[in-house]
Amino acid sequence: MSMNICEQEFTSVSERATCSAHGEDSAYFAGWEEYRRNPYDSLLNPSGVIQMGLAENRLSFDLLEEWLVKHPEASVNFQQDLFKELALYQDYHGLPAFKKAMANFMEELRGNKVKFEPERIVNTAGATAANEVLMFCLADPGDAFLVPSPYYAGFDRDLRWRTGVEIVPIHCYSSNNFQITKSAVESAFKEAQKRKMNVKGILITNPCNPLGTTSSAEILKMLLEFSMKKKIHLVCDEIYSGSVFSSPHFYSIAEIVAKQHYMADNVHIVYSLSKDLGLPGFRVGAIYSYNNSVVTAARRMSSFCMVSSQAQHLLSIMLSDSNFIKYYIQENKKRLKERHNLLVSGLAQAGIEQLDGNSGLFCWVNMRHLLPSHDLEGELKLWKSILEEARLNISPGSSFNCMEPGWFRVCFADMNMSTMEVALQRLQRFAKEYKIIANAKL
Amino acid sequence: MATCSLHGEDSPYFAGWEEYRNNPYDVKLNPSGVIQMGLAENTLSFGVMEDWLIKHPEATITSEQSLGLFKDLALYQDYHGLSDYRKAMASFMEAMRGNRVKFDPDRIVNAAGSTAANEVLMFCLADPGDVFLVPSPYYPGFDRDLRWRTGVEIEPIHCYSSNNFQITKSAVESAFKRAKDQKKQVKGILITNPCNPLGTISSADTLKMLLAFANKKKIHLVCDEIYSGSVFSSPEFHSIAEIVAQENYSPDNVHIVYSLSKDMGLPGFRVGTIYSYNDTVVMAARRMSSFTMISTKTQHLLSTMLSDPEFVNYYIAENKKRLEERHRLIVSGFEQAGIKQLEGNAGLFCWVNMSHLLPSNDIEGELKLWKGILYKAKLNISPGSSFKCMEPGWFRVCFSEMTISTMKVALERLQRFVKQNKVMTH
Repeated sequence: MSMNICEQEFTSVSERATCSAHGEDSAYFAGWEEYRRNPYDSLLNPSGVIQMGLAENRLSFDLLEEWLVKHPEASVNFQQDLFKELALYQDYHGLPAFKKAMANFMEELRGNKVKFEPERIVNTAGATAANEVLMFCLADPGDAFLVPSPYYAGFDRDLRWRTGVEIVPIHCYSSNNFQITKSAVESAFKEAQKRKMNVKGILITNPCNPLGTTSSAEILKMLLEFSMKKKIHLVCDEIYSGSVFSSPHFYSIAEIVAKQHYMADNVHIVYSLSKDLGLPGFRVGAIYSYNNSVVTAARRMSSFCMVSSQAQHLLSIMLSDSNFIKYYIQENKKRLKERHNLLVSGLAQAGIEQLDGNSGLFCWVNMRHLLPSHDLEGELKLWKSILEEARLNISPGSSFNCMEPGWFRVCFADMNMSTMEVALQRLQRFAKEYKIIANAKL
Repeated sequence: MATCSLHGEDSPYFAGWEEYRNNPYDVKLNPSGVIQMGLAENTLSFGVMEDWLIKHPEATITSEQSLGLFKDLALYQDYHGLSDYRKAMASFMEAMRGNRVKFDPDRIVNAAGSTAANEVLMFCLADPGDVFLVPSPYYPGFDRDLRWRTGVEIEPIHCYSSNNFQITKSAVESAFKRAKDQKKQVKGILITNPCNPLGTISSADTLKMLLAFANKKKIHLVCDEIYSGSVFSSPEFHSIAEIVAQENYSPDNVHIVYSLSKDMGLPGFRVGTIYSYNDTVVMAARRMSSFTMISTKTQHLLSTMLSDPEFVNYYIAENKKRLEERHRLIVSGFEQAGIKQLEGNAGLFCWVNMSHLLPSNDIEGELKLWKGILYKAKLNISPGSSFKCMEPGWFRVCFSEMTISTMKVALERLQRFVKQNKVMTH
């Protein structure tokens, strides 16, 4: 059977396929496009765009590579039976050795102050999938999750797109260094109720993306108490828990829970190896839930986003090597700290201040003094100028839903030292010239 | 969503697996344990892959030669997927179709297994409450994969033994009408070709009929071709891609699902594919694949392996040969037990007719028979009701996930059970 072209009509697709909740129309992603078209290369394209908008950790690969060379048994072709066993292993429970190794690693990251039960770990192909699965498990379409802003731009997609869950921001401000306050949480809760939404939980990222700071024990306790009082869930995305390189001390919600004398069955932790180990390509994420029903449901749902057994095997061996893990964690933090300090000092030379941060792969910087106008439009103009003139892709605060224009996230762990020096020189030059122009206009 | 039972794990399909897990057969350690014949896994051709892997250490990036790749792969999180991998997957899919069609690597969307691929397609093609028509009997996992988180509903296209369970136009029209009568919006048809659980393929005429129907009703046609590399005898397999190639336009309503879990026996590696002729769907599915990406380590291994045409051609031929041998063995074993099977030429299983052994000609009778086989013969086979078969007494029996000696033990047990059961029924 054949049809003439003019008879063919477009077959409709779903609302989810055509809506914009995938979030890719924002500036956060637009800058990546510009970088992809014209990427910096010190030899081949020295005037290209330097990527400072991607929170990747490239600082410690050599440590992983050294380990891999010494451990051929981590590879599937090491022995015959191993390949077959891994190739066939499709049980969503995940390889027991892998979950045990993951639990040990997460304990190590928290200074062994808490214990994680391997049986509460649910494997998912990255934290992107973990967060989405949790939303499917904890909320129904139309329900709301309260999320402190500024927040990771991907949450708009991960928490909302296919789940139908809504985000109501808990607004945080520079006046108290963007810390989450009880009154801000209460306001967000009231706002959701006003909009006739059923609040199902709070989701925080700790350490925080994009702020690069950690939540204090008091704030975590406040959030836990609030969630228990309102009978809602508390999800803590601790994806940067291995990337805390200076004080104050990092507290995991697991430590707060351990101090309770009851089982906090409304608490769930999300983790992934994409940031601390720099392995986003391997798709290794985890949900850790204190709630048995959620563990069961999430595990079943993980059929849609399982971790490759090949990756599970490699990591179960690597993460069980406690000498290596201790060394890696320490060395990685040292390198993050050095790079962070370099960026901070470079920013200072450009007359740019940043929020005092101790973690993550980025700085949250204050460029309000460079805004052509003190609003979203002004921020986007500034962002465009930095992208087009300084050829630096940094991320505007509005893409993180920040309430105050002029804040930007600048990543420091995804380039080598010399590239960073070039980037800082360009930024310093830009800031100088921009000031001149701004002053001239006055 | 967490508490409803749409995950489907309360059915006998899964209950049999539990029994096996608690008491698995082992020729030395547990010779009276349950033999698993309910899992459609292909374990026959690992040797071919293992030989290749030994000769190609560069495929696994942990060897010294390929360490330089490690960083690139570890960082690569672009949902487009490695372009070498997509090219290799496209050429593998072409080889499986005798190179009669071409696949455009840019229309390939990665997903972590066909479980994820099917779900992503539902999210892209239908809204909650919409319906997809699916020929029954069908793979039990569809109840979860197509419906659970998507809110999409399944309306079965009933197929019957009277015409060897082939899909007829009137059955499709009935299913469509039933959905319409319930005021539901039909968004598409989803078929598995070759078919699970039947082990048969759809003829070119059936595929043309389905495409014509889909075009007339302006709905989608999804073809899950996960067993396209497991067609071991005639009639010849026709992919929907071949039917599409014969049309003089590019249909925007056809989508193919594929995976390496069956043809290559790699379910653990989570390698699935959506191939869509619709640009909007390719883009939306690709974005959604952020939730279900394939590990780059695995993409790399497979792009190296599947780009080796000598290996691919040898593997496809050898795998089919082994499937055919195993199929012949099990069919002859059934015959000795007086059990007929639907004449099949594909897949990893047989669709067998045990209606003559039913204590009563209904679902209760079928489940009693299934339990008898599970607890007395200690064989886990899958009852037709778990595949939504309309006629009681049909069972799916898998043949490619055990050694020949285990199969012989299984067939002896089955023959003994049938003899004893016949005696009891009389």
